[in-house]
Amino acid sequence: MLFSTNVGEFLTRTRGRRRWDVTDVIAYLYLAFGTLLMFLPVLWLVLSSFKTPAALVKFPPSILPYNQEMAAVEGYDEPLPLFTVTREDGSTAQMVQIRRVGIEAQMADPANPADVISVNINDREPVEKLSLAWENYTEPLARFNFLTYLRNSVIVTVAATIITLLINSMAAFALSKFEFRGRDVILVIIISTLMIPISVVLVPVFLVITSVGWVNSLWGVIIPGAATPTGVFLLRQYMLTLPDELLASARIDGASEWRIYWQIVLPLAAPALAVLAIFSVMWRWNDFLWPLIVLSRSELFTLQVGLNAFQGELNVQWHYVLAMTVLTLLPITIVFAFLQRFITTGIATTGMK
Amino acid sequence: MTQKSGSYSSPRRSVGEMIRAFFYEIYAFIMNLADVVLTPLQRVIGSRNMAYFFVLPNLLIFGIFVLFPMLLNFRYAMTSGTGLFLSDRPFVGFANYRALLNCTNFFDPNTCVEDRFWRAIWNTVFFVGFQVLGMVIFALVTALILNRGIRGRGFFRSVYFYPVLLSPVVVALIWKWILQRDGLINAVLISLDQERVNFLLNADWTKFWVIFVSIWAQMGFYMLILLAGLQSIPADIYEASAIDGASPWQDFRGITLPLLMPTLFVVLVLALIRAVQVFDQVYVLTNGGPGTATFYMVQYIYNTGFSGQPQRFGLAAAASVLLGLTLLIFTLIQLWLGRSSEAV
Repeated sequence: MLFSTNVGEFLTRTRGRRRWDVTDVIAYLYLAFGTLLMFLPVLWLVLSSFKTPAALVKFPPSILPYNQEMAAVEGYDEPLPLFTVTREDGSTAQMVQIRRVGIEAQMADPANPADVISVNINDREPVEKLSLAWENYTEPLARFNFLTYLRNSVIVTVAATIITLLINSMAAFALSKFEFRGRDVILVIIISTLMIPISVVLVPVFLVITSVGWVNSLWGVIIPGAATPTGVFLLRQYMLTLPDELLASARIDGASEWRIYWQIVLPLAAPALAVLAIFSVMWRWNDFLWPLIVLSRSELFTLQVGLNAFQGELNVQWHYVLAMTVLTLLPITIVFAFLQRFITTGIATTGMK
Repeated sequence: MTQKSGSYSSPRRSVGEMIRAFFYEIYAFIMNLADVVLTPLQRVIGSRNMAYFFVLPNLLIFGIFVLFPMLLNFRYAMTSGTGLFLSDRPFVGFANYRALLNCTNFFDPNTCVEDRFWRAIWNTVFFVGFQVLGMVIFALVTALILNRGIRGRGFFRSVYFYPVLLSPVVVALIWKWILQRDGLINAVLISLDQERVNFLLNADWTKFWVIFVSIWAQMGFYMLILLAGLQSIPADIYEASAIDGASPWQDFRGITLPLLMPTLFVVLVLALIRAVQVFDQVYVLTNGGPGTATFYMVQYIYNTGFSGQPQRFGLAAAASVLLGLTLLIFTLIQLWLGRSSEAV
């Protein structure tokens, strides 16, 4: 009985209660643990992306990006790794490693590189300091197609969102503010396809794209998803609430239907348009399966497809993969940071993704 | 029409207003340009028929890239061969369906001609069952807790929602990095004096992690919908039941749960429909492996039609017709439940 009372109290709203009890403690513990679980993986990704390849393969891993210090030494082109060497008499000195042969390392004082001594690798500790390996970011940007992928993703996202907003709002305007033959048929078809995903029609859409000549073209990624039933439905429901009298008076003033659409209806539907814009950006930026099928030339890859190809071909080069993953999630994260209240309430009220 | 004020010049405007006014000018310029063509059009066809002009672009794209392919899919499913164009493909009637459904024992993929199809089906059933169950439970509990008078609710809501925005590829890479042999979880296991586990090479562990990761990535979305549902329950119902001396557990059973039921059904069906289509996250995380442990329906369609050689479009189309029918059933259930709950 006590148990069920506690559980029940735990599960019901208790806003405005005066004192703390055990259920509050459990609630906050749950939330704190959940916060860790939700956020730690992303944080771990960001921290790892700043580690050098040598630091990445270290096990157990350090939490912060401690990377081995390197020292530029006269006579060597590349900077050499710095170690703290323990001598036989117990004294220590900082030396650079010139090369390693088995368990012996040839080391020298950075100030006096000509004087090389042999040290057992167990007698030396790498000198580490907190540093950010920015080269994980700069090198793949210079050496791989990442900027091209980024550009393709931006083109697809922006173009698709503009087209989606335009044609969906036009259709929604007609479906909400006009009486015409075939309107109900169109509505029923749109509503019944709300739940049909592209994965069900992959083969025939690919045929259509091929016939139009859009394989390996960004248009093939942008256009097929532009006429979203979700968007039409969302905008139509919103436009139904706009008063007809407003449109009627504009007509009396001699405004054309197109003017009514762009100067009255669209500005008034701005909140619904904003929600659809956010959805569209999210869908397009994160889309994977369809670009994967349409695009096979790497200079046309979007970020998601490029990132996948990248992790496939460079399986061991985690330092690059992690940095590029961070770059991919960055834009969405920034948008979310600014619009989080708007996004969460928008989704909660429309109930879609 | 607050935006319109941007076109009047007032002496003092903030930078934000100026930027907005600038964009509105561009928007108005383009739209006015279109009117040059559209006003004569309206004069010719009449203002009522302009409706057809407005639906046309959307309808055209929808028809060509959604509706027509849907019908075409049925036709595709009845052809074989390797050509992409229908004229190159011999008609075979129901042979593709027969091949997919040719099993001595449907519960044992080894007895099926297309054994990978049935492995994909049973893997998907397993995935859907546990993923949807876990998802709904976690989303519900989190929403209920956030619906208490929790301090910092906006913060927690955002944190739980954040992974929803991440792309499946990013989510998969984050977890691939954590689950790898030298990853964070193994480091924790070692520090607790446990054996190291190669999670992504172990069939049972992969099945678990694939479900865990997809709940991690999507839970926030369903939590938001449930939270909105909870907050729409009027507070005075609880006040009335408090006067009657109802226990909190009675409140939950008698008020919260029944009033939340419609929202819960929406969440259940949405989660179901998404779970059946599981693909991208798993494709990047495990590529269906190890073996076929996490090989699901959409990946079967993708591999059969697109990535495998020869490309068996007919078989892929037949499989996607079966997948589409399954989704249609879920959608109809949702519509039916939606209607009956509105009637109540």
